Amino acid sequence: MLSSRKAPWQMRLFTGSILVLWLILAAFPFLWTLWGSFKVELDFFSKEDWRSALTGPRTLVEYGSAYTGAGYDGAWVEEEFWRSALNTFIVCFFTVLISLTLGTLGGYALSRSTYNYTFWILIVALIFRAMPPITLVAGYLLPFFEWNLWGHLATSIIVLVAINQPFTLWMLHSFFSKIPKELDESAKVDGCTQFQAFRRVIIPVMWPGVITTGLFSFLLAYNDFAITSMLLSKENQTMIPKIASFLGTTQTEGNVMFAVAAVVSATVPLFILVMFFQRQIVSGLTAGAVKG
Amino acid sequence: MFPTLVAMLLFIALPIVSVITQSVFTPHDAVLIETENCNPFGCKTETIIDQEATAQRRSEQPLGKFVGLDIYFDRGHLAINELSTAWEASESVGDFLDRLNNLPLYRALGFTLVFTFTVTPLMLAFGLLIALGVNSLHRHLKGLAIFFSLLPMIVSPLIGSLVLYWMIDSRGVIGSAIQWLFSDPDLSLKASTTLTWIMLIVYGVWHSAPFSFVVFYAGLQTVPQETLESARIDGASRWEQVRYVIIPHLMPLVTFVALIQLMDNFRVFEPIVGFRSEAHATSLSWFIFNDLSGETRQLSSASASSVLTIIGVAVLLAPVLVRTWKDFAAKRA
Repeated sequence: MLSSRKAPWQMRLFTGSILVLWLILAAFPFLWTLWGSFKVELDFFSKEDWRSALTGPRTLVEYGSAYTGAGYDGAWVEEEFWRSALNTFIVCFFTVLISLTLGTLGGYALSRSTYNYTFWILIVALIFRAMPPITLVAGYLLPFFEWNLWGHLATSIIVLVAINQPFTLWMLHSFFSKIPKELDESAKVDGCTQFQAFRRVIIPVMWPGVITTGLFSFLLAYNDFAITSMLLSKENQTMIPKIASFLGTTQTEGNVMFAVAAVVSATVPLFILVMFFQRQIVSGLTAGAVKG
Repeated sequence: MFPTLVAMLLFIALPIVSVITQSVFTPHDAVLIETENCNPFGCKTETIIDQEATAQRRSEQPLGKFVGLDIYFDRGHLAINELSTAWEASESVGDFLDRLNNLPLYRALGFTLVFTFTVTPLMLAFGLLIALGVNSLHRHLKGLAIFFSLLPMIVSPLIGSLVLYWMIDSRGVIGSAIQWLFSDPDLSLKASTTLTWIMLIVYGVWHSAPFSFVVFYAGLQTVPQETLESARIDGASRWEQVRYVIIPHLMPLVTFVALIQLMDNFRVFEPIVGFRSEAHATSLSWFIFNDLSGETRQLSSASASSVLTIIGVAVLLAPVLVRTWKDFAAKRA
C-alpha cells in the first residue's frame, strides 16, 4: 500500500481526477456506442442536438419505440453477419488449439534444453514477433494463388498459427522456466521417459500458463485484420474484415447502423472474456515483464 | 519442439524469402505484335496485344521478369532520383521535408515514426499515472477499475478506432462537443492534417495505455515497503517518494514496455483504415496493404515496401538485440 493515509489531499485529488478521467475515457465510448446501436442513424449522428442519441426522437417516430433492433437485424440477417461470426469461431478455435499444441511442446523443449541455440531461436522468434504481419502477406499471396490455396479458412488458420508461434513460444517458455527442473528429474528417477515426464508431471501443473497463452492467441486470431482481410475470400470472411467491408458501402442510409451493430456484436465476446479472465490477462501481460 | 520450428520456418522465414524474391521481379510487359491492316483506303500498321503469348509468358514465369533493385529506387519507394532533385532544388531543410512529403513512402515513414515516438512516451507516462491512481483505490473498486481499463486494449484496433471515429464525426457526440467548444460549426477533425495526426496519436495512447498500466500496476505491488518507509521517515514528500523510490524500482519494466510498444506502434495500421485518414496520414503497413488490396494486386511493389519495413524494424530493434546478446554472453561467462 502506498499509504494513502499520509498522502496530501492535493495529491489524492490529482491522481483521483486522472483516474476518473481515464475511466470515463476507457468506458464511455463503448457504452455510448452500445446505447446508440439501438437507434436510427439520424439519432446516433444528430446534427441538431446531441441529446437525441440518448432519447432517440426519430427512432420513436420510425419504429414507435425509442429502441430498435433494426441495425442488428440488418447486419445479422440481411448482410449475413452470422456467417462471419461462425467463421471467426472456427478460425479462433483451431488457431488456439494448434498453436497451443505446438507451443507447449516447443516451449517445454526450449526451457529444458541446455544448448546455445535455444537463445538464438528465442531471438529469431523475437524478431519475427516484431515484424508487422502485413509484410509477410505479399509473400503468401503468390504461392497461394499458384496452388489454389487462397481464400480457404484452413489456409488462414495455418498462417495465423505460424504468426502466433513466436509469441506463444516466448510466453510458454517463460512459464515453463518457472516450473523447477527437479520436478522432471524426480519423475525420471521414478522411471519415466522424458516424454512421460512431460505428459504426466508437467502437463498437470502447467494449466495456468497454457490458459493465459491460449487467451492471447485467441485475441490475436480474433482481432486480426491484416491477414484475414487479405487471405480470405468474401464468403469466408471473419468478423473484423466483414466490418471493414461494411464501411465501403455506407452511402445508403441505414448501413452505418449495420456497421455500428456489427461492431457492438463483435465487442460483446471480448467483454465477456475480460470479465471472466481478467486475472489471467493481467498475469499474462506481466509474465514477461516482472521477470526481466 | 520441431513442429514449432517447422511452422516458423515454413510460414515466416519462407515468406520473407518469397517477399525478397518478388521484390526484384516485376510483371511481364504484354507481348506486342504489329499487324498490317489493309483496306481499300490504304494500309496502316496497328500494334495490338498478343493475349495468348502474354498469358503464356506469364504462366511460364509467374514471378515476372527480373529487374534487380529498380523497384526499390522508383518513385513509389525510395525515389532516389526525386530525392536528389528535391535536395538540389530546395533552399532549406523545411522545404526539403515538404518535398519529401509528396513521395508516398516517405510520407508513410514520416507518420509511422512520429506516431511511434510520440505515442510510446505518452502511454508510458499515462499508464504510470493510472497505475498510481488505481493503486490508491479501495480494494473493492480496484477490480472494476482494472476491468474498464483493460477494454480499450482488448478490443480489436479496428473496432476501437471505429467507435472513436463515429464519436468524433462532426455529427457525433465528441465532434459536436468540440464544435460547440470552439463555437465553429464547420470544424471537422477529419479535414485537417494536423488534427488527424493528433487524433490518431490520441487513439494510439488510448489503445496502448492499458498495457503499461497493467504492467506498472503489477510492478507497484512489489515496491519494497522498507525503502518507502525509510524515505518517508527521512521526510520525503509523496512526489519525492514516487520520483526517487517508485520510478527507479519500475525502471526495468519501463524498458520492457517501451520495447514492446515500439514494435507495436511501428506497425500501426488498423486505425488508418478505421479513421479513414489515408488522405492525411498513412503508415508503412497501410502503404503495403494499399498495394495488395484492390483489383490489381501489386505484389512486387508491396514486396519491396515489405522488405524496407522489415529493415526498419531491424534498425529499431538493433540496440535491444545487442543488449540482450551482452546479457546472455555475461550470463554464460
